[in-house]
Amino acid sequence: MKRFLLFLPLLVALVLGVVLFAGIGKDPTKLESALIGKPVPEFSLADLHTPEATLDRSLFRGEVSLLNVWGTWCPSCRDEHDDLMWLANERGISIIGLNYKDKREDALVWLDRLGDPYRTTIYDPKGTLGFDLGVYGAPETFVIDAEGVVRYRHVGVVNPKVWEETLLPVIEEARGNS
Amino acid sequence: MFRFALAILFVLTAGLAQADVAAVYDFDTREQEVRYQNLIAELRCPKCQNQNIADSNAPISQDMRNEVYRMMQAGASNEEIVDALVARFGEFVRYKPELDSRTFLLWATPAIAVFGGLLVVAGVVIRARRMERQTTSLSAQERARAEQILAGQDDSRER
Repeated sequence: MKRFLLFLPLLVALVLGVVLFAGIGKDPTKLESALIGKPVPEFSLADLHTPEATLDRSLFRGEVSLLNVWGTWCPSCRDEHDDLMWLANERGISIIGLNYKDKREDALVWLDRLGDPYRTTIYDPKGTLGFDLGVYGAPETFVIDAEGVVRYRHVGVVNPKVWEETLLPVIEEARGNS
Repeated sequence: MFRFALAILFVLTAGLAQADVAAVYDFDTREQEVRYQNLIAELRCPKCQNQNIADSNAPISQDMRNEVYRMMQAGASNEEIVDALVARFGEFVRYKPELDSRTFLLWATPAIAVFGGLLVVAGVVIRARRMERQTTSLSAQERARAEQILAGQDDSRER
């Protein structure tokens, strides 16, 4: 019994070490979405290009797609734009844009100048759908499966590394299941 | 004259300094306002690392305060309001996490630490008492011998 007590500090140190080590390298600014496994929230918003058209969540049915939250006021969105173009044009990924808290004219100029990677762009000037999606900082990219269920949320810029290591595996799994 | 004009200018522009302050909400009763203040004090801003939505001026915090206010005016309970925000942003926004199987350890750790400390103290006290009981007082003969040793006249020691 006495001997065992001598080893107690070592044991405590080991357990603490394992627990603290597990936290190393985690980015505390990236939160997992609360919507994973849940359908995209209901919404009724205008199309960016055609203000008369109303979009709703049936938009996501039929194929696995990315939902990319962006705004012209967001510098990182400019960073990822070329990679989104590459995904849409070279990889044939269906990307739906959510123009978040932005002005329609600015957004249209941006897409005209930089190219439009989006199959459809939802215009959300007040950020209502963004709020329901739990968007806390653009750019954010959601993987939505063919049933319209949220599979994954990536906070931050999409680049080839994020695509290869994070998004592509999720998309492949979503395609396999549906 | 110049001073006077400057003073007027200061008075007139004082209001501009307030322009950035978050939207002000109207409440029917004082209790409602207190309830609102308590709610936004215990909700955490998802964009900021450690700030509640009452202190944060991030746009997302403004949106969350609007939603809290809107739901309050619509007659929602505190629980409904917090749940609505947790459904969107996750458990992260709660400064007071629910007590469930995942957060059990979090809540129980202080109690476990205090209990462990009490056990250690109790152990030390019990052991000290037991030692005391085992060491009976010295007999007159032993006392004399001890004094001899302490005085440095220990002649019984073999060399």
